[in-house]
Amino acid sequence: MNVDLSSYLGLSAMLFSIGVVGVLVRRNVIVLFMCIELMLNSVNLTLAAFSSFLGDQTGQVLVFFVMAVAAAEAAVGLAIVVSFFRNKQTVNIDEINILKW
Amino acid sequence: MSIELLLFYLFGSIAVGTGLAMIVQRNPMISALLLIGNFFCIAGLYLLLQQQFLAVIQIVVYTGAIMVLVIFVIMLLNLGDEQRMAERINLWQSIGIALVAGFLAEMAYIVMFRGRNDVHAAMYPDAGTLGTTEAIGNALFTKFLLPFEVTSLLLLVAIVGAVILAKRRVQ
Amino acid sequence: MPYQLIGVAVFLPLLGFIINGLLGSRIKSERLIGLIGSGTVGISFAIACAIFFAMLGAPVEQRSHTVEYVRWISTGTLNVSFAYQLDQLSVLMMLIVTGVGFLIHVYSIGYMHGDPGFWRFFAYLNLFIFAMLNLVMADNFLLLFLGWEGVGLCSYLLIGFWYDRKFEKGTTGDAAKKAFIVNRIGDFGFLIGMFLIFEMFGTLNFNDVFAQASTLSVGNTTIMWMTLALFLGATGKSAQIPLFVWLPDAMAGPTPVSALIHAATMVTAGVYMVARCSVLFALAPVTMTVIAGIGVATALLAASIGLVQNDIKKVLAYSTVSQLGYMFLGLGVGAFAAGLFHVMTHAFFKALLFLGSGSVIHAMHEEQDIQNMGGLKKYMPITYWTFFVGMLAIAGIFPLSGFFSKDEILWKTFSSGQVLLWGMGLVGAALTAFYMARLTTLTFDGTERFDHHHLHPHESPATMTVPLVVLAVLSVIGGFVGVPHSLGGSNAIEQWLEPVFARAHSKLLHAPHGEGAVEYVLMVLSVGVGITGIWLARRWYLSKPEIPKMLATRFGPLYNLLRDKYKVDELYDAVIVTPIHKTSEAFLWKIFDVKIVDGVVNGVPKLIALFSSLARKVQTGIAQSYVFVFVLGVVVILGILIMK
Repeated sequence: MNVDLSSYLGLSAMLFSIGVVGVLVRRNVIVLFMCIELMLNSVNLTLAAFSSFLGDQTGQVLVFFVMAVAAAEAAVGLAIVVSFFRNKQTVNIDEINILKW
Repeated sequence: MSIELLLFYLFGSIAVGTGLAMIVQRNPMISALLLIGNFFCIAGLYLLLQQQFLAVIQIVVYTGAIMVLVIFVIMLLNLGDEQRMAERINLWQSIGIALVAGFLAEMAYIVMFRGRNDVHAAMYPDAGTLGTTEAIGNALFTKFLLPFEVTSLLLLVAIVGAVILAKRRVQ
Repeated sequence: MPYQLIGVAVFLPLLGFIINGLLGSRIKSERLIGLIGSGTVGISFAIACAIFFAMLGAPVEQRSHTVEYVRWISTGTLNVSFAYQLDQLSVLMMLIVTGVGFLIHVYSIGYMHGDPGFWRFFAYLNLFIFAMLNLVMADNFLLLFLGWEGVGLCSYLLIGFWYDRKFEKGTTGDAAKKAFIVNRIGDFGFLIGMFLIFEMFGTLNFNDVFAQASTLSVGNTTIMWMTLALFLGATGKSAQIPLFVWLPDAMAGPTPVSALIHAATMVTAGVYMVARCSVLFALAPVTMTVIAGIGVATALLAASIGLVQNDIKKVLAYSTVSQLGYMFLGLGVGAFAAGLFHVMTHAFFKALLFLGSGSVIHAMHEEQDIQNMGGLKKYMPITYWTFFVGMLAIAGIFPLSGFFSKDEILWKTFSSGQVLLWGMGLVGAALTAFYMARLTTLTFDGTERFDHHHLHPHESPATMTVPLVVLAVLSVIGGFVGVPHSLGGSNAIEQWLEPVFARAHSKLLHAPHGEGAVEYVLMVLSVGVGITGIWLARRWYLSKPEIPKMLATRFGPLYNLLRDKYKVDELYDAVIVTPIHKTSEAFLWKIFDVKIVDGVVNGVPKLIALFSSLARKVQTGIAQSYVFVFVLGVVVILGILIMK
């Protein structure tokens, strides 16, 4: 058996579901962000795998852009967390629920 | 047993392992370090796919920049440990975990039984030429010029936003 | 060709309305406002005369013209224009309307002197003339209806002109509303008639409708209902049974209004309309009988009420209702020309009588009760003599105009075989002579019953007396256009109108005819009856006032019934008005509007609010619940895609 596309896809699916579970069960907002990054990475892996196996460069370029956007998102998100922490002195997601009905 | 297969299994298992550990770990600092390990494995997997540029970018941007930022923030906020997971999982989260398991099962089914046979076989023969810095650079500045410029604008906005959001209000 | 000027004649009063209406409050000179108001009508009258003389000079077949101005409605099969039909009938009506109208405008300059709403009065009067001209000159039913509604509107505006005055049990506004609403009921009938006409003939144009109608034969039921509906409209506008109750109340308006609208012109609109549709009515003998019956019944009813009224304008109002009954009697027996002849003469002497009463009211400082008058003839000679002439004319004394027209109607009634109706008409004539002489005697003759220290009656200014004199002259000589053959005349007016009614006459079952000798007998009878009535009234009220008082007490209940106008108003109030009022209040308002309509209108937001209060619970604010929903969605969609 050799490494083919389905192996990569399977691995990426596993990483993605680990990320989702992490988002569901963790309380700390920063760890939540890290789980989201994990999910993004699994998607990157899928894109790269397809790019290599289909011979299309578009996948890799897309990964590049995803990384750029992830960086921007992480910066802004953490800035929000910092500013929130200054007000509420907590980063427990159960207590960050002001935007409710 | 080719070296390729061996490396794939190695990188893959370490990635999954660190991922699992990360979501279980209570100390946020250790979670961050585990994630860095995860990223290294993924960079390795990129190398297996003959995408040098992406591998390096992964390490430079993700681990070198994003994770460093995260670690800075963790240290800035000086957070403590979380509770034990067993004590705080409620009904909805359990259902969510079950749903994710279902999702995984669906993905496994798709991958194994619904794939196209010609794609599964082997890597594109000239995949290596596609993955070089030169090739990616070429593509970025010709075919993907507009997204490239827009992304730079996005980064500008993110910088401005981050600075303003994190500013301490001058009293 | 003067025919083309008809548009100027019709729209000039509208221009007068616009000028006086918009700028009138700024124009400080009453003379200027009066000049504009009267001038426009005067020019219209001049144009009408020019058209009339042009018609006289033309041979009979070429007398009818249609002048079209602008296409109004043009959809599918309905084509209606602002087009005016110039034929013998409409030109006659136009002469009456503008001629008498002009005289009354001039009179109003003197009568309304000093009134703060002077400009408003002339504006409304001009608007009225415009609407009335549209009514009589229209060449199709819809334009006629426009004028019909327009005169109803002006009547409302002018009855309630002094809007802050009390009138009997309510205000002048109540009287105006009563007129408008009762008219509306008639208009409903008119509309039904119009719808039936359009349904049956496919057009609303007079010439087309009447040409088609003359090919039909007598006895068509649709035409019967159509004409009955149209006649209902006529009873509303021309104050016949059952819709006459508004006209006595309309006396709340200024006296020139009563003279112009409620004597000479608007109330004759119903007569004109029936005459115009003569061929349709001739095709429905049932309707003709109904018209004649209602006409003569109204004549008697109103005359009997007028016997015991004490307000000078009320007597004249009931007299108008009564005379209108005579006109409809003439129409109902097929004597269309006679009915219109009476319209013309009635316009002369009734306007004269009303204007004369206005002169008296002014001199007596708004006093209208004749029991407080008397002996005025030495203070107001011109008013007295012109009023006296008008009284003689309405009583039908030879050779004044009223004699010729009323006698023509009565003769035609008798000779068409309706002896009972003729008899009732004769009794009505007697009553007419009596109550008019009573009115004259109690107002002008005898002893003075007013307070001489406070009231100094004097003759009215020239702007008021000159029209009185002109109308008196017309009342005297106006009958000579209708001298019947039996007296050596050529009955010019009947000849003049003959082409208009030719189609109708060919359909009539028993067209009026007669032998000469009987006619003389009847003439002598009606004159005799008139003279008797006048003599009796003068004797009783001048020299023996105790006789009427004794009669009033002896026949007490009858007297009260007459004085309370047979309690018709109270009857309508109890049977129609109050039930509608109660139903509206108790059911339509409290239940339907408040509960059902408001319930629905309020219920819809309540329902939306209910759903929203359930929907908002999704927004918990906890990020993980949202992620949960995402995952759920992804799993479901993937599952569906796999299933495909």
